[in-house]
Amino acid sequence: MIDFMLLFFLVILAIAAISMKDLLSAIIILSAYSLIMAVVWVRLNAVDVAFTEAAVGAGITTVLLIAALSRTKRRERTSPQPAIQKQKSMTRNSILSFIVVMVTGAVLVYGTIDMPDFGDPDAPANLHVADRYIEKSYEETGIVNFVTAVLASYRGYDTLGEVMVIFAAGIGVVLLLRRKREQ
Amino acid sequence: MFEIAAIVIVLGAILVLYRALKGPRVYDRALAVNIIGTKTVILLALIGFIYERPHFLDIALVYALINFIATIAFLKYMETGGLD
Repeated sequence: MIDFMLLFFLVILAIAAISMKDLLSAIIILSAYSLIMAVVWVRLNAVDVAFTEAAVGAGITTVLLIAALSRTKRRERTSPQPAIQKQKSMTRNSILSFIVVMVTGAVLVYGTIDMPDFGDPDAPANLHVADRYIEKSYEETGIVNFVTAVLASYRGYDTLGEVMVIFAAGIGVVLLLRRKREQ
Repeated sequence: MFEIAAIVIVLGAILVLYRALKGPRVYDRALAVNIIGTKTVILLALIGFIYERPHFLDIALVYALINFIATIAFLKYMETGGLD
């Protein structure tokens, strides 16, 4: 019951965020979307993802989008084309994009037919190395929490690479913002 | 009991959602989203008790802490036209 209500909420917020003409309103609606999405993550027992969604999605992304917005304009610019021609091309565009979206959606749904059920213990993802992580990770790494053991020990180089990517991105953002301020 | 409370909270959030979608001013939307955030905090606490994992309360506390950042950024943008 709560799940359906939350999903209903999410769909309405997503449609509203797309169709808003005022970008600032769209940003505000998106932050509400992130908050509800975080609740959905908690419902799915993915507490760490929920934390990230709340901190990054609802907190930082909103601030970054508003910062980007302060360098541009809030409102949509009306196109200089004559109205009738614009209307015609808009209907053609919307029909075309509707067809593309429906075909893509159908292909995606077709792709999920073969997938195992949600939480199925016989799913390939649960048969591969999960047992070993659960049974052996404390002996092999000495870390009590096995999610941490997988992230920081078994996939240590992967995490190192991710940290380097984030570090490079952070330096790039800092440099860009500094240059703007000096001008 | 907790589930009924959670459903009622979501229903309340849907009522506030009307204000967030309708506007008409940006301030109405910001206030509505702020209220939705507060309801989210309560909903998380309730979900923790529904699943009998009361330590979800910590997440609710963290939410309460970061809930206002977006609002502050928004208000600063409205007042000065930028975040600098």
